[in-house]
Amino acid sequence: MDQTEATNRNDTLMDIVKVTLRFGGVKALSDVSFNIQRGEIRAIIGPNGAGKSSMLNVINGFYTPQEGEIWFEGKLRPRLKPHQIAYQRIARTFQNIALFEGMTVLDNMMTGRMIYMKSGLLSQLAWWGKAEREETENRLIVEKIIDFLEIQAIRKTPVGMLPYGLQKRVELGRALAAEPMLLLLDEPMAGMNNEEKEDMCRFILDVNEELGTTIALIEHDMGVVMDLADRVVVIDHGEKIADGQPDEVRNDQNVIDAYLGVSH
Amino acid sequence: MTTAVSYTIPELLDRNAEKYGDQIANREKEFGIWQSWTWKEVQNQVEEIALGYLALGIKEGDHIAVLGRNRPKLYWSMVAAQRIGAVPVPIYQDAVGDEIGYVLGHCEAVLAIAGDQEQVDKILEQQDKCKSLEQIIYLDPRGLRNYDHSRLHSFASLHDAVDQNRKKYEKELQARQEKISPEKICVILYTSGTTGNPKGVVLSHVNIISASRDSSEFDSLSQKETVLAYLPMAWVGDFIFSIGQAYWNGFCVNCPESSQTMMHDLREIGPSYFFAPPRVFESLLTTCMIRIEDAGKIKRSMFQYFMKHARKVGVPIMTGEKISPTESLIYRIGEILVYGPLRNVLGLSRVRVGYTAGEAIGPEIFDFYRSIGINLKQLYGQTEASVFITSQPDGEVEADSVGVPGQGVELRIDDRGEIFYRSPGTFIEYYKNPEATKSTKDKDGWVATGDAGFIDESNGHLKIIDRAKDVGKMANGKLFAPKYVENKLKFFPDILETVVFGNNREYCTAMVNIDLVSVGNWAERNNVVYSSYQELAGHPEVYKIIQNYVRQVNEDLAGDEKLSGCIVKRFLVLHKELDADDGELTRTRKVRRGVIEDKYSDLVTALYDGSKEIHTTSEVTYEDGRKGFISATLKILDV
Repeated sequence: MDQTEATNRNDTLMDIVKVTLRFGGVKALSDVSFNIQRGEIRAIIGPNGAGKSSMLNVINGFYTPQEGEIWFEGKLRPRLKPHQIAYQRIARTFQNIALFEGMTVLDNMMTGRMIYMKSGLLSQLAWWGKAEREETENRLIVEKIIDFLEIQAIRKTPVGMLPYGLQKRVELGRALAAEPMLLLLDEPMAGMNNEEKEDMCRFILDVNEELGTTIALIEHDMGVVMDLADRVVVIDHGEKIADGQPDEVRNDQNVIDAYLGVSH
Repeated sequence: MTTAVSYTIPELLDRNAEKYGDQIANREKEFGIWQSWTWKEVQNQVEEIALGYLALGIKEGDHIAVLGRNRPKLYWSMVAAQRIGAVPVPIYQDAVGDEIGYVLGHCEAVLAIAGDQEQVDKILEQQDKCKSLEQIIYLDPRGLRNYDHSRLHSFASLHDAVDQNRKKYEKELQARQEKISPEKICVILYTSGTTGNPKGVVLSHVNIISASRDSSEFDSLSQKETVLAYLPMAWVGDFIFSIGQAYWNGFCVNCPESSQTMMHDLREIGPSYFFAPPRVFESLLTTCMIRIEDAGKIKRSMFQYFMKHARKVGVPIMTGEKISPTESLIYRIGEILVYGPLRNVLGLSRVRVGYTAGEAIGPEIFDFYRSIGINLKQLYGQTEASVFITSQPDGEVEADSVGVPGQGVELRIDDRGEIFYRSPGTFIEYYKNPEATKSTKDKDGWVATGDAGFIDESNGHLKIIDRAKDVGKMANGKLFAPKYVENKLKFFPDILETVVFGNNREYCTAMVNIDLVSVGNWAERNNVVYSSYQELAGHPEVYKIIQNYVRQVNEDLAGDEKLSGCIVKRFLVLHKELDADDGELTRTRKVRRGVIEDKYSDLVTALYDGSKEIHTTSEVTYEDGRKGFISATLKILDV
């Protein structure tokens, strides 16, 4: 069943229609269509090199596909300039942590608020009037996220000194600081131990439930995906091979073949 | 001066709101900023909560359980309970489900106030053990959105319930307040106890307030003090400091942001009056020493030079003895270069009065703090006495005594050496346990402490030897005082916990728990590779280090005529940390000797039958209540 037709457009945050992405002669994605509904956790899975990260880059506008359409909030999205990408309220975390290592957790998270800060250079330098007010307001929002993610104790610690699991949490914090409508997580549990994974799962669920943020995530840990996601889309060799509830996808023959391989 | 107490805690609140209305009563760090409430605001908040209780239908004499980390709202909830004639029962927040279930069931609480989802979960899990529990109020709504809210209320929703019929509840509150009197029950505190189920110690307003008043006078505490409330709310000490003394003097109580930020918050607040059990001082010192080892060569040698000097003259300076001008000058330079900055890093710059109690503190640790100019003292007390039995007056401080009896406290030592006391702070009874009350408190009000000790004739200071029931005899008739030896061993930072055996035996043996922070740091420095606590604990080099410590302690003991029988001949390093969740320690981290001797009976046998190693399997309880087993082969070393 084609999910896009079955769902009401109002509930749909993003609609990806027949997207094809090429790098020269290489087809990274071909004719992929699916949607992301408001308030859901949408997982994108697939074997290595299937095109998942490319898909995420298409979703946030970093790559513009050669063919196909991206509908975000009911509007067809044109090709975006880098600064426009930042302003469209889609935030993301990266597969390899991309924080500013020398900066503190707090400062890293404040960078997530940059798009909301409008005061000029002079005012910022003097830290007076609008600049001070703005910083206070934005700091409060960041502090609420610090409280949410339970990282009060490392607020002033340089990120480079933190263990990997905490860095991942800080990265999630920075993405949340931008108050995104759509949060993209690229392998949020990669390289974590079980305890860190459990913590991260709880935070992702809490973000989704308490803050109402729509989440699209790529993840390799199948257990995690099946527990977290409301719906799963499976990509293999740049093509969509399945889409649906975790249970449906788990038992789909195409998916089993893609993951386990078939004899030719 | 021991005049009768004519106040209750809620009345003290009203007095403070009038007298110190605009002074800060509580602070809590939230969103990175210290939020504060004046006494007047606290009064309003407490009244609002009290009205909320009435709206929920709480009756006089009902018990209200309080569970969570130190937060102003939880303290207010307790005072609000007193305001309507109900009794607050704080419970250790880190207790596992069973323990919480027992206390809730035993005190028949009708309402529980929980800090967050974790506490709510534990309470819900134990529902069938406490049939009386009707409702739960939570503070932090996170994660509780999808719970069944028929009996669960958010703290904020109390307000709405009150507004529906405010006039009626205000009138009722007025009537209830008139009925409370100083003789009524102020709080029930469950003591963890080293044996058996916890007992509920019933304390009246008179108990709490007279103990708070007398101790405040003893140390001339004033309205200007600042304290940090970070110790468990269910512990009598916290109740006395953060409510009793705070309300009596009207000083400010600060609550840290979370347990992990405690050290940082301590530095920001800079308390003037500070209380900590020995283990807090120990871990402060350990982290501090580890950081010094990481420091540059110049800093390190500067630290070592001045600390050596401080060890020599610091304590005499503190006690007011005369020292030579050169020594005094060097100490003053040290003050600028090392002691002052060190106190600042520890967050103890402004401490005017510091106390340690609960366990014996190592003389080295004790002297370390005193030598850098912190007025650290010891006190001896227990829940049944509303804390204070004896405390050390300024200028009369020794590492091995616990001071003189407080105002109004009478002391008596029976012929077996057990200490008895009688004071205005003496508890009313153990809740629903008349036998225990009878065996502890006689009809004249004398209470048996269960500790053995003696009074030093030269200065009237009390000295504690051990728990009376733990003191025994070696097979050769010499005195066996396990805790004395354990404390000596525990004074080494690498040893976290230890249990010494030897009652009625030929010689003494010990089980040792290493301190992962301290030993882990050593391992890192010396390229010792390990993957788990168990592996590090069993490392031959670690055994050698511990062996060395045991030898040092033995040398000390050999010199003491009375205790020369307690020399430790064999020891082993345990493969797991002794844990309160496994019932091996009490919630205040005291060793449960009997439990350990039973649980590790195979190890005890091996310690005495001369075997070189033993294979053992033991049960562990994880934080979520699940159980598992770990097994290990432990070596046993002769000293």
